[in-house]
Amino acid sequence: MSTSAETVNKKFNIDTVENAAKTPDVELPWAELGLKQNEFDEVVKVLGRRPTGAELAMYSVMWSEHCSYKSSKNHLRQFGEKVTDEMKKDMLVGIGENAGVTNLGDGWAVTFKIESHNSPSFVEPYQGAATGIGGIVRDIISMGARPVAVMDPLRFGAIDHPDTARVMHGAVAGIGGYGNSLGLPNIGGEMVFDSVYQGNPLVNALAVGVMRHEDIRLANASGKGNKVVLFGARTGGDGIGGASVLASESFDDTKPSKRPAVQVGDPFAEKVLIECCLELFKGSLVEGIQDLGAAGISCATSELASNGDGGMEVELTSVLLRDPTLTPGEILMSESQERMMAVVTPENVAAFEAVMDKWAVEYSWLGEVTDTGRLIITWEGEVIVDVDPRTVAHDGPVYDRPYARPEWQDAVQADAFTGSVQDAGRPSAPAELAAAVTELVASPNMCDKSWITNQYDRYVGGNTAMAFPDDAGVVRVDEETGLGVALATDANGRYTYLDPYHGAQLALAEAYRNVATSGAVPMAVSDCLNFGSPEDPDVMWQLAEAIRGLSDACMVLGIPVTGGNVSLYNQTGTTPIHPSPVVAVLGKLDDVARRTPSGWKEDGQAIYLLGTTAAELDGSEWANLRGHLGGQPPKVDLAAERALGEILINASRDGMVDSAHDLSEGGLAAALVESALRYGVGARIALQDVMDRDGVDLFTALFSETQGRAIVGVPRSEEVRFTDMCTARGFAHTRIGVVDAASGQLEINGVDTLSLAALREAHEATLPKYFD
Amino acid sequence: MTELPLIGEAVAVTANPRLAGARIGVVTFPGTLDDRDAARAVRLAGATPVELWHADTTLGDVDAVVIPGGFSYGDYLRAGAIARFAPLMSRIIDAANSDAKLPVLGICNGFQILTESHLLPGSMIKNDHLKFMCRDQVLRVENNSTAWTSDYAAGQEITVPLKNQDGQYIADEKVLDALEAEGRVVFRYVGFNPNGSRRDIAGISNAAGNVVGLMPHPEHAVEAGFGPETGLSGSAGNGGSDTDGLGFFTSVLNKIVGGAK
Repeated sequence: MSTSAETVNKKFNIDTVENAAKTPDVELPWAELGLKQNEFDEVVKVLGRRPTGAELAMYSVMWSEHCSYKSSKNHLRQFGEKVTDEMKKDMLVGIGENAGVTNLGDGWAVTFKIESHNSPSFVEPYQGAATGIGGIVRDIISMGARPVAVMDPLRFGAIDHPDTARVMHGAVAGIGGYGNSLGLPNIGGEMVFDSVYQGNPLVNALAVGVMRHEDIRLANASGKGNKVVLFGARTGGDGIGGASVLASESFDDTKPSKRPAVQVGDPFAEKVLIECCLELFKGSLVEGIQDLGAAGISCATSELASNGDGGMEVELTSVLLRDPTLTPGEILMSESQERMMAVVTPENVAAFEAVMDKWAVEYSWLGEVTDTGRLIITWEGEVIVDVDPRTVAHDGPVYDRPYARPEWQDAVQADAFTGSVQDAGRPSAPAELAAAVTELVASPNMCDKSWITNQYDRYVGGNTAMAFPDDAGVVRVDEETGLGVALATDANGRYTYLDPYHGAQLALAEAYRNVATSGAVPMAVSDCLNFGSPEDPDVMWQLAEAIRGLSDACMVLGIPVTGGNVSLYNQTGTTPIHPSPVVAVLGKLDDVARRTPSGWKEDGQAIYLLGTTAAELDGSEWANLRGHLGGQPPKVDLAAERALGEILINASRDGMVDSAHDLSEGGLAAALVESALRYGVGARIALQDVMDRDGVDLFTALFSETQGRAIVGVPRSEEVRFTDMCTARGFAHTRIGVVDAASGQLEINGVDTLSLAALREAHEATLPKYFD
Repeated sequence: MTELPLIGEAVAVTANPRLAGARIGVVTFPGTLDDRDAARAVRLAGATPVELWHADTTLGDVDAVVIPGGFSYGDYLRAGAIARFAPLMSRIIDAANSDAKLPVLGICNGFQILTESHLLPGSMIKNDHLKFMCRDQVLRVENNSTAWTSDYAAGQEITVPLKNQDGQYIADEKVLDALEAEGRVVFRYVGFNPNGSRRDIAGISNAAGNVVGLMPHPEHAVEAGFGPETGLSGSAGNGGSDTDGLGFFTSVLNKIVGGAK
C-alpha cells in the first residue's frame, strides 16, 4: 500500500488532462490501484487518451467490485424485474438511490438499508464496525430522513478461537461507541459464531429513518449555476483506496498489513451532521445531497453529476484538508468519514451558511453545476479530470462471471444428519432430552446475547416499543397516532451452503415471519449479500442462486427489495465463508401499542403451536452442535408463511394473542425456553397431539427446524375466536400447553422438568464465560 | 370481545391548567442526545418544554432547567468538561445559586456537566467494568425533599433505565461523608451497582436541594410501553412501573406552581 501510494504521489501531483494527452506512454500504476488490464484499456477507450492520475484514481475506486457491483449487477437486475403491482404500490423510491423509500401512510415515509463493513472490521474491529454505522446512517440522512434506529447482524469465528475475542470486543465496542453517541437506539440484530467466519467476520449494519413525503431528497446535481458544497469533517489521508484495495480483494497472508486503509470515525461530527442536515431539509436549503462513503469525493461528484441533468465543475484545492500534503488523487479517493456534499441554489447560499455556522460545521464551496454533461475537476485552475460522469458512476464494467453448481454440492446434500455418525446416541429418555434442551440454549448461537446488547443504548429517542431479544425491533414513528415500524434481520449460512436458492428464501421467510410475529405488516426488503470470491465459479453459483431465490420469493410474499449491498471476496485463501445473504424486512404497525412481545406473562393463558412439524434436522442448530453439516435445509413454503403472517397480524390487531414467538434456529425447544425466560414465567407443555398428527417423535418435535411455525399465548377469553380464525384459514394449530406463572419451571411431558433458574444460568453464562 | 389493555397507552396525566403555564427549559449542546426525550417528559408531566441552545446568553423566563444526557462536544476530553464553559451554563450557574434557586436537573451527561460546573461535588469516571452499560436499574429515593423528588415517598424504590460509559461516581471520603450527613445523597443503586460508584450513589443534590444530578435516565420512564420492563420475576424483571420517572417532572412542577397537586 505505502509503496504504491508513493508512486502515485510522485507521478500525479500535477498530471493535467493536457499533460496526459501529450504523454500517452507514461506507465500508470493501474494494477496497484486494483484495475485489471481489460478495465484499464476500457478507461483509455472511454477517454480517448490515457487517464490522468486523478482520473485513474476515480475510475479505479468507482469501478471496484465494492462500488460498481460489476460481478453481481447482471444478477441483481432480477430485483428490479421481478416486481408486481402489489410490490410497487407503497414504493416511493426504489433501488439505485442511497436507500429505498416506502410509504407508511398519513404523509409518512420510511427509508432503510443494510450494508456490510466486513473487511475493515477484521483489520481494525473497533473503527471498522463504528464507521459501518456511520456510513449507513449517512445513507439514510441523504434521503432526507431523520435516522431513528440501527441494527447489527454479526457473524464471527468460533467462540473459543483466540482471535474471536479480539473481533468481538472491538466490533461490539465500536458499534456501541459510535451508535450510542449518535442518539440512535440499537433495536436488534444477530450474533452467529461459526469457524467459517474466522478470517472473514461479517459486520453488517442497518439503519432506518423516517420523513414526511415532501422531505424526500435525491442525490442529483441539477440546475445550471447551482453551487456545489462539501461540508462536515475535513478530508484526511484515512481510508484511501479502502473500497478498491480492501473490499475487493481476499485476505492473503503474503501481503502487507492493510491497516492504513481503514477509516477512523468521529461520532460527534456525525451527530452534528445529522442535526445540521435535518435543519437544511427543514428549510428546503438543498437541491440534491449525497453522503461521502466508499470512494469519497470521486463517488459523490460523479454520482451527483451522473444523476443530474447537466455536468459539474469543481476546484479540488478548495477542499478543506486535515493533511495538507494530500495529492489530488488521494483527495479524490479519501474515505474520511462524516462528510456530505450538497447542491445549493445561489439564493440559498447565505441561509445554508447560517445553518453551518450554527452547528459549527466546516464547509467549502467547491464549484457549480454546469450544462456541459462533463464532470470537470481542476487543481489551481488546471484541468486534472474531464470525464463523462456516467462512465465513472454508472457505466462501469459488468462481468458475466462463469458459474456452475459445485461438484461437491450433491455429496453434501446426500449427507443427511439422521443416521449419520454424529447422530449416534440421539437423546430420547426424559433426562437426555432435558440435558439436550439445556445444552441447546447454552450453545454459542442460541445463548443469551445481552452481553452484547447491554452495550447498546436501546432507549434513546423514547420511541423504542420493542427491542432485542424479541423477534423484531419496533420503533414508533408518530407520537399522535402510534404509527410505527418493525424490523428484523435474518440469515442462515448453513442452510444457504446446503442449498443457496432455498437458503436465501429461508432467510427472507424468517425475517418476514419475525416481523409478522411482532404484529406488523411486512412491506419491504433490504439485503446484504455476503459471499466469497465471484471469480470462483462455485461461489458465483451460490450468489446467482441466492439472488434468484430471493427475487422469486419476494414476488410470492408481495414485498419488494428496495436496496442493499453486495459484499464479495469474503474468503481466506481459497476457502469462502458460507454464503450469507442477510435479509432485513421492514413492516408497519398502525399502532405500536398493538405489538406482540415474545414472552409469556399471564398465568393460565393457552399456548398454541401454529404450523406442522416435519423431521427436518439437516443444517439445524442441533446438527451443528453435533458437528454435522449436510443434507437438505428445511422446506420453503412461502404460501404457508404468508398465511401464518396474516394470522399473527390479525391476532395482534384484534387483541387475540398476548405473546408470539417464531420458530427458527433451535426449533420449538429454543422458542419455549426463550418465551419462558423472557419474563421468567413458566409453562406446562404436552406435545403428544403434535407428535400424533405429524408423525414425529418427541426429539424431532422439539429440535426440528421446520419453517412456517410460531407459538402464541392466547388469553382464555380469546381462545374460541382465535381457533375459529385458524380453522377458517385452514392453518394447522394445536394447543400444546398453558402458562404456569408461579411454577418457575418449564414442564414438557416426556422431558425431565427444567427449572427456569437453571435454564437461565445456562442461557446467560456463555458469552460472559468467553468474553469477560 | 374482551378489550385487552394497550401496552403503550399514554399515561393518564390529570391536566392541571395551572401546570401548563410552567415553562421548563431543556438544554441542547452539540452532541446532546436525550433532549427530545426530556422535552417529552416535561410535556407528559403537564408543563411546557422550552428549547434552550448552549450558545444562548439568556435563560428566558423558564421556571426550571433540565440538562439532558448525551455526549456534549463528543466528550472526547473529560465528560462535560467543555460544556461547562458554554455561555448558557454561566446563566444556569448564576440562577441556581441565586436567591430564587432555579431548580436544575442534570441527567447522565447533565450530571457530569453539573459536577464540572461545581454546582455539585465529585466527579464521574469510566465504569469499573470499562464497558458501556444499558439496563433497567432499581434506585432508592433517599431524599424526597429536593425540588425534583417531592412526589416520591422517602425510601421508595423506582426503576429507570441506566445507560452510560462514564458513570462511576467518585469523591473523596470527606465529601462523601458530608453528602451523607447532609442528606444530599438523593438516589442509591439497589441490588446491583452498575458502575462501581462510591457508596452505591446514583444521584446527589446541592445543599439547597434545587440542583439534582443523577446518572440514570428518569425521562426514559415516563410513558407506558416505552420505559423499563416491569412487573416481572427473575433477573429479567424488577417489579416497578414503567413510568417511575415521571415523578421527577411532576415534583418540580408542584414546586413551581406552589404545591398544586
